[in-house]
This record gives sequence, structure tokens and C-alpha cells, in this order.
Amino acid sequence: MSLSSTRIRAVIRKEFREYRRNRFIIYTMATLPIFFIALPVIELFNISATSGASIVRTQVDVTMLLMLVIPVVLPATVAAYSVIGERDQGTLEPLLTTPISREEFLLGKSLAATIPSVGMAYLFFLVLVVAVRIASPSVVVHAVWKPSWFVAEVLFAPLLAAWSVWVGTAISARSSDVRVAQQLGTLASLPALVLPLLMALQVFQPTVTTAIVLALSLAIIDVGAWRVVSLMFDRERLITGNRAVSMRIDAPS
Amino acid sequence: MAKPKWFVRRRIGIGVRPVSWQGWLITVIAVAAAITGYVIFKKTAGDVAIVCVAVVYLLVAVASGGTKRATLGSGVVGDSPASTGQVDVAFTHADAPTYDSQTPREIAEAIVTQSGRFAGQSEAGYASSDAVIVVDHLTKQFGERVAFRDVSFSVNRGEVFGFLGPNGAGKTSTVRTLSTLVTPTSGSASVAGIDLTPRNGFEIRQRIAVMTELPGLYLRLTVTENLEFFAGLYGFRNAQARIDRALEAVNLTSRAGDLSGSLSKGLRQRVGLARALLNDPEIIFLDEPTAGLDPVASLEVHDLINALRAKGVTVFLTTHRLDEAEKLCDRVAILNTTLRTVGHIDDLRQRMFRKGIVVTTALPLANPDAVFNSVASVESWTSDAGNYVITVNDVRAAAPEVTRALVRAGADVLSIVESRHSLEEVYLELVGATEKGGDQ
Repeated sequence: MSLSSTRIRAVIRKEFREYRRNRFIIYTMATLPIFFIALPVIELFNISATSGASIVRTQVDVTMLLMLVIPVVLPATVAAYSVIGERDQGTLEPLLTTPISREEFLLGKSLAATIPSVGMAYLFFLVLVVAVRIASPSVVVHAVWKPSWFVAEVLFAPLLAAWSVWVGTAISARSSDVRVAQQLGTLASLPALVLPLLMALQVFQPTVTTAIVLALSLAIIDVGAWRVVSLMFDRERLITGNRAVSMRIDAPS
Repeated sequence: MAKPKWFVRRRIGIGVRPVSWQGWLITVIAVAAAITGYVIFKKTAGDVAIVCVAVVYLLVAVASGGTKRATLGSGVVGDSPASTGQVDVAFTHADAPTYDSQTPREIAEAIVTQSGRFAGQSEAGYASSDAVIVVDHLTKQFGERVAFRDVSFSVNRGEVFGFLGPNGAGKTSTVRTLSTLVTPTSGSASVAGIDLTPRNGFEIRQRIAVMTELPGLYLRLTVTENLEFFAGLYGFRNAQARIDRALEAVNLTSRAGDLSGSLSKGLRQRVGLARALLNDPEIIFLDEPTAGLDPVASLEVHDLINALRAKGVTVFLTTHRLDEAEKLCDRVAILNTTLRTVGHIDDLRQRMFRKGIVVTTALPLANPDAVFNSVASVESWTSDAGNYVITVNDVRAAAPEVTRALVRAGADVLSIVESRHSLEEVYLELVGATEKGGDQ
């Protein structure tokens, strides 16, 4: 299987242009994370220098976990729209008559959904840790400025976003209604938070090694999800609503 | 002039060096990130941070730098042949032709000539009889429902082939099958000389273009952005000149910057046509290309189709407009789940209707039986709204004899013309017969 960077880039550029002209997506990307993390961040900044270690750790864990919710939730809606949205606006058939392979199409779509979501997640994380460094007592700074959190954020944000995107895309490729796809997509992406949740609940010790091992596991799952979603992407089914009976005509692998 | 790549990666080794400000910016950010990561995680994971940054940097470099050593300032940077099997033939702006004061037909001729693919074929063009589409007993079923059954025909290079039939006859399913969107249930076919098999879908789609009945444009993108996207899907990295030519061909240059959502239905249709010209296809499938167009725009499309034919491009035209098919198509096929007929329109007329002469006289003949039966080549005659429709063996032989017989009878002859049945009559005859007789 060979992938053309030109075709993948064309899909990404087109998606970005559409996002840019869709105020709903821009506002959602900009405001949704605030609703998720506003309260825990306020709580975090309310911690005084005399607070107990367990209180600090719990509050920091919750806040950091919620930082990982951002890359999961943000791309879910966009990904769920990715295939069925094209079909609804009548653009899927012309697109599928070009030489783009299903892997290239899906990779372009997923990267276009993942990149801004991860960017927003990193931005919010950066703002949080810098604000903590400047405005919080040292006990909170020590709890937040731990390598494991940074590694977890850097590694997990794109991997969780990718998971969310693949789940959303899979649902989108098999749904017949945009709204159902978006609701199911958001719901189905949440189980990915189990891994960081286990870390936050101290089931795994949040060490750098643990974070890297879990991230590698998630990366393998993401690659597997890409392959599975690619196999689920049936041109005939998408165009006619019927599954190809005898064979599928696609790019040579 | 094509933009240089951000990075250049050597064929041997992983040496990466930036060649433009974007590349340098990414490099500086990467170095800063590596230093910052090392400082922050010095005691625990400084090495991991540096490795992570290096991996991300290399991924960005490889993704944006391609797999070949680029030549700066060459003007053309094609897609990797290994990945697309296709050569980018985009012109530099300096090479881009101008089309001032040219008709759409001339412009379309210029397009196919300059593409290189059809160079030298202008003479062979339509005269060539090599088939570019061969369909052999092809059947498509969706569950129990038969879309089309046991269809066989071939389309020659440079031919405009009309595909006609009532709604639900299987025309769109046939086009979707030949354009590799759906899989045939049985039978075989080849498109652009390539067998229609699962492994060949990519190769076939590189050589064809499909204009669907609904243009399927991204309404939030401008006309140019829509075309840029599709040029990218065909693997063209620097397609501005190609896009300009396509827009010129459909007279849309002045609307290039408009949002597609702001265009009328007719203009969107034209954008769809421009999109179909982007990859200089060997075969263009056009599904109702003039639907929603005003008469002038329709004529321009007709000119475009004729120009494409003249240069050897095969046009597979699905239409409900029988006058359009009659005007444009070299041959037509009429489908109603099964193929009813295929051939030249004149041949179909001759095959389906007896040859005849229509005589119009100022006053009704006193004894038409005596007049027409006196001519040996007349087989039969009928009277229709003041005209006499005469069935004959040979029009050229019978016409003078009938004229002499009329003069002998003292008739005031207003006109004697060969009766000519329209494609519509042929179509209705075939489809009507089908519907009366059921789907045999």
C-alpha cells in the first residue's frame, strides 16, 4: 500500500478551509474546552499553601484528567460528520471517482480533525501549567510540574484524539443520519479515557515509563483502528446503501 | 514557479536540511523544544524529551519533504511516481497559454492538445476504431433488484456515446460500475484498456473523469478551492495553470474567487464540468451535463464536447435530452434494464422505420391510389394531416418517379421530402415496446 502525501494534504487543506468558514466549528473548538475545565481549574487555584497533600493530589489529578478530555471530545463531532456529511451534501460520489484510496481519504480526514483538537489541547495545557507556575502555591506547582503529566499530555492528547476520530469515522461510514452519527461518535469515544483515568486513580503509578507504555498501547490500538475503519469503508455501500457482494474495487495494496 | 519543499531529504541516509523559511522555523522550534524539554525533565526524562522532539521533527521533515531529493527552482515538482504512478504536467505560469478571444471550443481544443496525452492524435481521433470501453454481459444486482442485466457494448476512442433510457433503467448504475464505484455482479468490462477488476480501480480512476448529475461542490469553498482540492486528489501539486485552463474552457474565470454556494445551479454545473477536465481524462462520463443550463451555456457545453471528441477524448454521455443526444452522439445505446439497442442513430432509424417520402400538395389528390400505385417502387401509402406518407424501397430512386406521377396527375406539389424519424421516435418505439411487452 502506497500513500500519496499530495492527496492526503489536499484533503487536510480542504477540511481546514471548510472549518475556517464554519463558525460553529470554530466556536465549538474555542469554547467547549472551557466548559470542561473551568471548574476544576478554579478549584485548583483555590488551593492554599496549607492544604493537605491528598487534597492537592486529588485536585491536580482531576484537572489533568480533564485536560485529556479535550482532545477526545473536540474531534468527535467533526469526525462523525466526516463521511456522512460528504454523502449528505452530494460531494462523496465525485470524490470517490478520483484516484484517492480509502486509506488516504480517511487519513486526511482524521488528521484534519486531530490536528486542531490536539493544538487546542496543548494550548489549554500550556496556559494551565504556566498559570499554575505563576499564580499557585509551590505545593500545587510541584504536583502539576511533574514530568509524568507533561509526557502524558504530549503523548496521550494526539493518541486519544486519533482514537476519538477513528471511532467517529467508523460510525460516520455506517450511519444514515448525521445527528445520530455525531451523538454516537461522542459517546463511543469516551472509553478511550479509561487509560488516563486508571492513571489518575492511581491504579497505575503515573510514572514516565507507565505513560510511555500506555501510550504505545494506545498507538497500536489507533493504527489497528485505522485499518479496521479502512476495511469498513465500502465505496458501494456509501454510494448506494448496498454492500458490495462479490468484490471491492479500490487501490491496489 | 513551484514552491520548493520545506525540507530536502537525501536519498541515502536521513539527512534533512531546511530549504525555506518554513523549514528553518520548524527547525528552530524543534531545537527550542528539545532544549526546553531537557531543562524541564533533566532529572527524570530529559533524554526521552529530546528523542520525542527529534521523532516529531523527522516526521514533519519527511512528510513535507517527500522522498526524493528536490531540485530547487525547477518550476515543476511532481508527485512521487511511486505513490501515484502519475506525472505532474502542470505548466509554469510562464508557459501557461492565454485564451483571449477564443471560443469555448477552441479553448477545449487547446486544453487537450497541450496536455500532451493527445498530441498527435488529432488526425486519428475519431477515425480510430479502438475500443476504450468494452462491456461484456455485465450485470448488476442490488439484492433481488436488478439494476441492469446482461449488457454488452463497446465505445470507441474519441466517440461521443449516448446512453439513454427511462428513469430507473440502470444508466447511473452502469456509469457507477464503469467508474469503479460499484462492483458488477457478473460479466466483465474494460475501461481505458484496463480490466475492471478490484485491483485496477486506482488505475482506471486516474484515466477517467465523472461529472455526476448533481455537481457535488463544497459550498463553503470558492470555485478555485474546489478545483484545487480535486487537482490534489489527482496528485497534481501545482495545478494553478491547469485550473485556469479548465475555468477558461467553461467560461468561469471571472467567478473563480466566488464561493460555490453563491453560484446558480447552471454555474455550479459548469464548475462540475471544469472539474472533469482537470486530469485530461481519456474518458469523460457526463451525467446530464446541460441540466439547468441556459441555451447559450448548453451550446458552449456542446462545443466543448465536440472539441473533446475531435481530439480523441471519449465522452460517455448520459442524458434525457434526446435532441441533445441526436445532435452530439456518434452512437447511442438505449437501456431499460437490458440493452434495447446500440448503434448509429441513422442505422437505428433505418432498422426501425421503413424508408419513406412525405408529399405535400396544395389540394387533396382526386385519386391518390391511382397516382401512387402506378409507381413500382412504392410499397404503400397513408394520408396524414394533408400529407401523403409513402413507404418506398429506395428513396433516391422513388422520389423522381413519384414526382413525375404527381405531375402527370396534375397535382399542385408543394414539397417532396424524405421522411425522417427523430431519435425521440426511435427511443419511444423501443422503450414503449419494452413497457408494453414487459421486461423481457
